[in-house]
Amino acid sequence: MASTIRVRATSSGDTTEVQALIQHPMDSGYVKDAKGELIPPHFIQELTFEYDGKAVFTADWGPAVSKDPYVKFAFKGGKKGDDLKISWVDNKGQSDTTTAKIQ
Amino acid sequence: MRSAIHLASAALALAALAFTAAPSAAAETPDPTADAKAFQNYFTQKFPKLKLEDFVNGPYSMNEDMHKQWEEKEQFPPYDFSLDLGKEMFSKPFKNGKSYADCFPNGGIGIRQDYPIFDQKEGKVVTLELALNRCREANGEAPFSYVKDEMAALTAYMAFTSRGKPFDIKIPNDPRALEAYQNGKRYFYTRRGQLNFSCASCHVQNPGERIRAEILAPALGILNAMPIYRSEWGGMGTISRRFTTCNSQIRGVPLDPQADEYRDLEYYLSYVSNGLPISGPGARP
Repeated sequence: MASTIRVRATSSGDTTEVQALIQHPMDSGYVKDAKGELIPPHFIQELTFEYDGKAVFTADWGPAVSKDPYVKFAFKGGKKGDDLKISWVDNKGQSDTTTAKIQ
Repeated sequence: MRSAIHLASAALALAALAFTAAPSAAAETPDPTADAKAFQNYFTQKFPKLKLEDFVNGPYSMNEDMHKQWEEKEQFPPYDFSLDLGKEMFSKPFKNGKSYADCFPNGGIGIRQDYPIFDQKEGKVVTLELALNRCREANGEAPFSYVKDEMAALTAYMAFTSRGKPFDIKIPNDPRALEAYQNGKRYFYTRRGQLNFSCASCHVQNPGERIRAEILAPALGILNAMPIYRSEWGGMGTISRRFTTCNSQIRGVPLDPQADEYRDLEYYLSYVSNGLPISGPGARP
């Protein structure tokens, strides 16, 4: 199974711009399926980007975030060729992690 | 219905100033080549700033703001996951050891622009989605739903391998092929549903205009980008999904996916976009 996380991080010297796309159903728990049954909540609760062992971006997400969420942000620092670690944990305890090289 | 065609052809004539033949004669002897030319002229005159190949980006080519959104979106396209799934599925053999590649010319790679084809043995139009499910059934696999998920993933991969290749739909010298084309054209211009809209009402008369918050896509090049990730759907959809939801949105009763009428419609609509490059899979708001 391919990773659920797509990342692109580009350094422009002082700052690093990060874009990420995550594959996740992000079910809010308020939507019914075709049979009229509630789809149980299933959403990412925490998303973390780590650089050099330090969190540079943490998101506390809830049921209001859309399916297959997309994130874009920039942080100070970050060198070309360095690793950026991305991980998420959802309300069912499932998680995924990937590491991307800063370009 | 006849009057709708006349109206449309009158508009085309006005726009193109190129209709020397009497419209009634044109209506009696179908001339797909002239149709396609008039159809493309209509859109290029309506949107003089656009190049022909820009039309495959639908609403994203309609104004600068939308174009910027499209460029940003393409950096991280939402159809990416589906495309990967499609690639994986395409290369995975069936239980009998054969694969999709065995069902298609050139192993299924770079052939999207040739579909739909007119199958002279069957005497009907065969779309890519139909061919894919027939391939599955011939190899003892259950067919997929036509509207999304696996079918969208497979067609996304097949479109991706054909990107940039111009639509090359052929109408063989067979009266049944011409009839299928005519039926598709008739379907396209016929009003239906409680709202009494034809396909053309939105996608020929009003592309670039808003319908609620959405910008309507031009009919020219609309199939080149299929399948699409539609943000509104929160997922991928095929041509079948587009046709059926269009029909329910005008409060009509949609036909079954891959009904003869939809096959003919896809044939017509693809034919008049001949020469425009495949850009699928696409992303739409």
